This record gives sequence, structure tokens and C-alpha cells, in this order.
Amino acid sequence: MNKKITKFIGQKAVRFIILIIAVAIFSFILLELSPLDPVNAYLKEAPVSQAQRALLEQYWGVNTPLTTKIINWVSNLLQGDLGTSLIYRTSVSDVILEKFMTSIVLMFVSWVLSGIIGFTLGVVAGKNEGSWIDRIVKVYCYIIQSAPSFWIGLLVLIVFSIELGWFPVGYSTPVGVLSQNVSIADYISRLVLPALTLSMVGVASIALYTRNELVDVLNSDYVRFAKSRGESGWDLIKRHGIRNILLPAVTLQCLSINELFGGAVLVEQVFNYPGIGQTAVQAGLQSDVPLLLGIVVISAIFVYFGNLLADVIYYFVDPRIKESETNDE
Amino acid sequence: MTNKNETKQWTLYNANLRTKTLVIIGLSLLVLVLIFVSYLFIDTSSITTNFANANQAPSLSHIFGTDWMGRDMFTRTLSGIGLSIGVGAFASIISTIVAITLGLLSSFNKFFDELVAWIIDLFNSIPHILLIILISISFGGGFYGVIMGVGLTHWTPLARVLRAEVKKIKTTDYVKLSSQLGKSKIWIATKHILPLVTSQIIVGVILMFPHAIMHEASITFLGFGLPPHEPAIGVILSESMNYLSAGYWWLALFPGLTLLIVVLLFDLIGENVEKLLNPETAQT
Repeated sequence: MNKKITKFIGQKAVRFIILIIAVAIFSFILLELSPLDPVNAYLKEAPVSQAQRALLEQYWGVNTPLTTKIINWVSNLLQGDLGTSLIYRTSVSDVILEKFMTSIVLMFVSWVLSGIIGFTLGVVAGKNEGSWIDRIVKVYCYIIQSAPSFWIGLLVLIVFSIELGWFPVGYSTPVGVLSQNVSIADYISRLVLPALTLSMVGVASIALYTRNELVDVLNSDYVRFAKSRGESGWDLIKRHGIRNILLPAVTLQCLSINELFGGAVLVEQVFNYPGIGQTAVQAGLQSDVPLLLGIVVISAIFVYFGNLLADVIYYFVDPRIKESETNDE
Repeated sequence: MTNKNETKQWTLYNANLRTKTLVIIGLSLLVLVLIFVSYLFIDTSSITTNFANANQAPSLSHIFGTDWMGRDMFTRTLSGIGLSIGVGAFASIISTIVAITLGLLSSFNKFFDELVAWIIDLFNSIPHILLIILISISFGGGFYGVIMGVGLTHWTPLARVLRAEVKKIKTTDYVKLSSQLGKSKIWIATKHILPLVTSQIIVGVILMFPHAIMHEASITFLGFGLPPHEPAIGVILSESMNYLSAGYWWLALFPGLTLLIVVLLFDLIGENVEKLLNPETAQT
């Protein structure tokens, strides 16, 4: 068993390093191909003399060959140096760390909420297959899956902030208050709507999956046998249904981190929530190449760990896989 | 969605599932074609600036209301949707070409197979939106940037399906036989494998379309996509954000709803076409 764990960790670590380096090189080349000029992005059209421009060009390495640039970027990356952001004028890792912490709260809350609500909805719908509640859940999921998440965010904003006036519009800290002095209540009142939107969007896939799996399980032979033995109602669902579908559902939820991140980018933009997504958009719009590259790499790491979590559950927690593997040996 | 309560839904005449599926496909297609055709014949006079009727709530003469420049939102939405469908179509074509190329490439040998799997992994490891942003920046943004950004990121699901299919087909005797008869790998890929995966490609393309449209709108909403003077759905929605606090809810509601309906219709067509083409469900 220990051997298996070491082998697993070794494999994953090697894959991780290769993948991150590939992502770094890939995104670097993409941005390098673009017509963006770092000097112009830095100067923002300010008039400078030829000599100064040449100096800046040298500083940003405009004329160094592509391979040298890539090698520099990757070796700096491996030492943890992501460069300096053009917008914030501080090191990229500091900016990312700060913004990421804001985002991670939002993403974690909505991840957990959407998982729990989605699973519950799926179980309820699957248990009452064909009933009105099943139809409502299904229609809701289909609609949510086809709706752009930023539009859902806009609707939530219209209903709760503007029509009902329950929550403030935008900004995670009130205007005129230092970020250290923000009270917890203020912070939470600004977290609610983005988290609500992200959860509403995230519910769809997990609920549909749970519903379909539960319907399958309930039509299986062993459930028929359990029914004939006299089990029924929630006991039956609990013993035979949930035990079977909970782990795959959690795995699916871990794999959805990629989607969650994309949703967060859009929702943060709608609610003006100063997280990593909004920073990425800013970096992209104002051609802050180092910051954008940094965010891409960090988000790739983030997504990788989501997938890793799914793998861990799959290999080490799921008793079916565990048993079949030990039987093989 | 169609197999529930078959007797209840169709009381006018007795249709089997196949007919119903065809009817659903036909109706959805009709709506989409209508939208696209009316986009082509838009009367531009109603979207010229007219401050006399700015910010009107939805009424009979302007069923989607008007914006702050007095432009009819219905016409703007329609042209936005038309534009989105156009961009989605372009992007889907690019994605399909990439997916087919990589799928067939994976049939050549084990190295290419691993390479394709690895490229799919690489594309999936960066969050979708960020990847589209990166690619659209790298192509210089604007119209071209959006098409390439959306087109070069939506091929992964189809490529994955094709790769799995190709693996299955490669174990068949006729493929082994024709490679022993000295046929080249490209010949086998195009003559033996491609015809067998056509149905997967068709379904994949139709299901790719709604995603492409939605991501086009998202990326435009963020400001990377189509330029602000184009009447794209993303532009309309991001503009509407400035007017929401004034209570002009119709600026955001209807364009998004239209987008939702179009995406839903494409999804519906895709699912039903899949039902028809998949031999396991086609005969029921």
C-alpha cells in the first residue's frame, strides 16, 4: 500500500512539473506572438526620447531572441520569481497572493454550497423520478447550463441590489474605508451575491449527474431486491443510493474547479469583486504581460490540484477501486 | 427531454419518438433560421440614435425597450444574436478542423496518440476563459482574435471522443488487414476511420456551437472580444451594467434571455440529432 502511495505521488509530481512548465512556455509563446509591445504598454503613449526608449527596450528585452526569453522566464518561474506587474508596480507574486486570497473565499464558499445544494437537489429529483419536482430541477439545470453566468449575475444584481436594495452594488470594501478597517459584516454583505450567483450556476451539472446516477441505481437489481425485502423510503436511498453516488459526485465537483474559475472571472467582473479574475481581465486589457502570465500559471496549478483531489478520491477513498486493485495484486 | 410522458404530450396525432425528434429538430432549426434571416434584413433606421425616446421601458412599439440613445433594443439584440451566430459558426469550423486533424493524427502510432492526449491535457489545464483571453490577445484582439480564441479552445471534447473512437476502430480486422496490404496511415485514416466517426463529428459540432456562442458573449462582455461599436450581445450587456442602478432592467434581461433561448435551441437540436444518430437510441 505504501509503495502504491509513493508511486502515485512520484507520478503526479513529475506530471505536475512537466505540465506547469509546458503551460508556462505555451502561454509565453502565445503572448509573445501577439502584437503587444511591452514598452508601449509601460509608457502608455507618454512621449520619450529615442535613447530612453532604447534603454527601456533593453530593460524589457525586446530584441533578445525568443529562446533566451523563454529560458529566462521558466528559470525565474522555477525560482518563484514571476516578475514585476506593470499596473501595480510591485512583484507579481504579491499581487496574485493578495487577489487570490480574496477569490479563494468566494470560490470555496460557492464550491461547497453548490456541491451540497446540487447533490441534495439531485437526490430529491432522482428519488421522485418523473414527478413535478424532478421536472423543475431538470428544467432549472438545463436553463442554467445554457445561460451565460455573467447574465445570471446581472439578474441577481438587478433583483437583490437594485430592486430590493438588500445588498450594496459593487466593491468588496466600501468607498472611503481602508481595507484593514472593513468590518466582517461589510465584507460578508459583499460576498453574498457573487457567491450566490456562482452557486446557482454550479448547481446544474452536479444535480443532473446525481439525479441520473440515482435513477440508474434505483432501477438496478440490488435495489429491487432490497425493496422486496421490505426496505423503502429514505432508508433505502441512504443505504443503497447515496453510498453509491456520493463519491463520484464529489469527484465530479473536484473536476469542476476549472469551470468554477471561469465563472469566477465573469462574476467578479459583474459584481466588481477585486479577486483574481478581475485582476486577470485588467491585466489582459492593459497588456500587463507578466501579471497575466503569472495568473495563468497559478490558475493552472489551482486546476491541477482540483484534478489531483479527484484522482486521490478515485484511487484511495473509493472502496470499489481500492478493492479491485488489491484483488489484482 | 422528449421521452417523458409520450402519450400525454402528443394527443393531436400518434407520433413515434423518431417523428417527434425530427419535429423538435425541425422547429428549433426553423426558429434559428428565422432569427438569422431577420438579422440579415434588419431595418437599420430603428437603431439610429434618437434621444426623443431614450430609456423607454418595454412597450408594444419597442418590445425590448430602448437604450439611453433611443435605439430599439429588439433590433440591437437581433443583430447581436446574428453576429454571435456568425462568430460561433466560424469558430466551430476552426474547432472541428483542429479536432478532426488531431483525432486522425492519433491513429498514426502510439507516439502521436500520446502527443494528442497531452495536447488535450495542456488545453484543459488552463481555465477556459483565461485560455480564450490569452489566445485572443495573441491574435491581436478584435473580431479575428475572438474567432481564433473561441475556435482554438472548443475542440477538446470532440477530439477526446474521436481519439477514443479511433482507438476502438484501430482494433478491427479490416484496419489491420489494410495496413498489412501496405496502405498508408493517411489512407487508412481518411478512408477507413473518418467515415465511421462522421456521426460523432456531426453531434460534436452541433453541441460545440452553443458553447462557442456563449463564450464569445462572455469574452466580449469582459472587453476582449468584439469592438464596443459592434452590437454584440456581450457589448450590449456590459454597457447595460452602467444603467442598471438607474433601474433600466430591460437592457440586461432581454438580450441575455435571447442568448439563452438560442443556446437552448442549439442544445436541443444537438441532443436530438445525437438520439437519431446513435444506434442505441435511434430505434426506440
